Amino acid sequence: MLTLNNIEVIFDNIILVLKGVFLQVDQGKIVTLVGSNGAGKTTTLKSISGLIKTERGRVTRGSIELDGHRLDRIDPSAIVKLGVAQVFEGRRVFEHLTVRENLLVGAHTQSNLSQIRQDIERIFNYFPRLAERVNVKAGYISGGEQQMLAIGRGLMSRPRLLLLDEPSLGLAPLLVEEIFSILKRLNQEEGLTILLVEQNVTMALAIADEGSVMENGKIVLSGPAEKLRGNDDIKEFYLGLSEVGTKKSYRDVKHYRRRKRWLS
Amino acid sequence: MYYVELMINGLLVGILYSLIALGFVLIYKASDVINFAQGELVMFAGYVLAASLQLYGFPLALAIVLGFSSMIILGYAIERVVLQHLIGRPAVAVIMATIGLAAFLQGLAPFLWGPETKNLPLPIPEGPVFLGPILFSQIEIYAALLALVCFGLFGLFFTKSRMGLALRAIADDQQVSQAMGINVKLYFALAWGLAGTVAAVGGLVWGNLLGVDVQLALVGLKVFPVVILGGLDSIVGAMVGGLIIGVVESIAAGFIDPLVGGGTKDFTPYILMILVLMIRPYGLFGKEQIERV
Repeated sequence: MLTLNNIEVIFDNIILVLKGVFLQVDQGKIVTLVGSNGAGKTTTLKSISGLIKTERGRVTRGSIELDGHRLDRIDPSAIVKLGVAQVFEGRRVFEHLTVRENLLVGAHTQSNLSQIRQDIERIFNYFPRLAERVNVKAGYISGGEQQMLAIGRGLMSRPRLLLLDEPSLGLAPLLVEEIFSILKRLNQEEGLTILLVEQNVTMALAIADEGSVMENGKIVLSGPAEKLRGNDDIKEFYLGLSEVGTKKSYRDVKHYRRRKRWLS
Repeated sequence: MYYVELMINGLLVGILYSLIALGFVLIYKASDVINFAQGELVMFAGYVLAASLQLYGFPLALAIVLGFSSMIILGYAIERVVLQHLIGRPAVAVIMATIGLAAFLQGLAPFLWGPETKNLPLPIPEGPVFLGPILFSQIEIYAALLALVCFGLFGLFFTKSRMGLALRAIADDQQVSQAMGINVKLYFALAWGLAGTVAAVGGLVWGNLLGVDVQLALVGLKVFPVVILGGLDSIVGAMVGGLIIGVVESIAAGFIDPLVGGGTKDFTPYILMILVLMIRPYGLFGKEQIERV
């Protein structure tokens, strides 16, 4: 469905952020992209949704294709119409608009009013908490509700592919679990394809079908999620477990630091 | 009784200040551009209207259609030709561009239609009327009503229509709006078209009250005390700010003018503006910073 073919992204004509990224997202799958801060995960999402253009970034090499359409050459608003929605890191709801108005703005590309009404109901069905706060300004609802609203707003454009940027950021573990289980439901019940960027690697690999690890602007490891869960490097560097699967002792860190195998 | 009369006249003039400030707020709200040419847009609209009536002898209805459509096109064109290329540049560059635009319009209007003062007659009965014991100028009452209708329509536009909603979303977060499929550049141009429409209403009313020449642009100077008092990005603020400025200058003039021999009207709004800047720099209705605790 979505293919990133060896893309290179440069900001301000000089800063090379992505250094040849390959990524394949198949229809109906949840694919997760994990990695530490500054690895280029958000930039990857923004190059798919076209928003790097608003930040003076450019795809200078390679191509991004969605079912045969070149995404790297068209405007963000055209990409939304092709069925790609991005949910931003840090929620970014329209704080001065009510919950309902936020959802309506999400439906900007839709023209059928009765369908928009149905979609709002459908989203309230997935996120019942939003229904209770429908006329409250989004700036005043809780962080978890804002994250649900951000996802709901993204769904209002009826996307086939949802780009999610760290939905767990700053939320309590229980809420994270609630949101992730709803994402899984959306994937199973509606066939929504999801590309999930996460720092919470345990949660991400738990719901994903496939995963990729990003470091320093490159994909260094990818494969089926269950295989990644068992990978020693992932355990060591992202899950904080030592080789035997027990909690890591900081005494060992002094003497021995595991070498990342993908660097050799 | 004298002061009640001063106050009511202040309100009537004030709502007309609000009208001009409305155009300024529309642009600032949508695109963060501080438009120093709002007064010039009003003047230009007055020129188009007066020239259609006086120089070309068109009927009033046609003149109004011409005036409004040319202002919408002018607003739209300003955005597309000049400001579009300045998106993402420092605020100073944009401000300088609007100041240049102001000078350009100040030169263009008399160049096209001559520098002498023109009348802009409207079919509204002239002269004062008594409502109860208070003396009103009829034209000011009609003008105030027209301004109120404008505010009502814009209020509806921003709360009920999808375009208005999109403009508010852009004012909140431009990048996210873009991710929702909103063509932000197009909406900037739309905001300028709306500001052009408001300027056309302003030109009609103020041109009738003051006569049309280059001096008409000076009403734009009142915009700054009004929007700083009301809040740069608030439509309600523009309305309330205009009313307060109108009342304050009218009453101040009533009090102080007899003592010093005039001129009070021209500086009291700015004293108020400086006070507001010191005490509440985001104005009465400026966008509240929502913080969750």
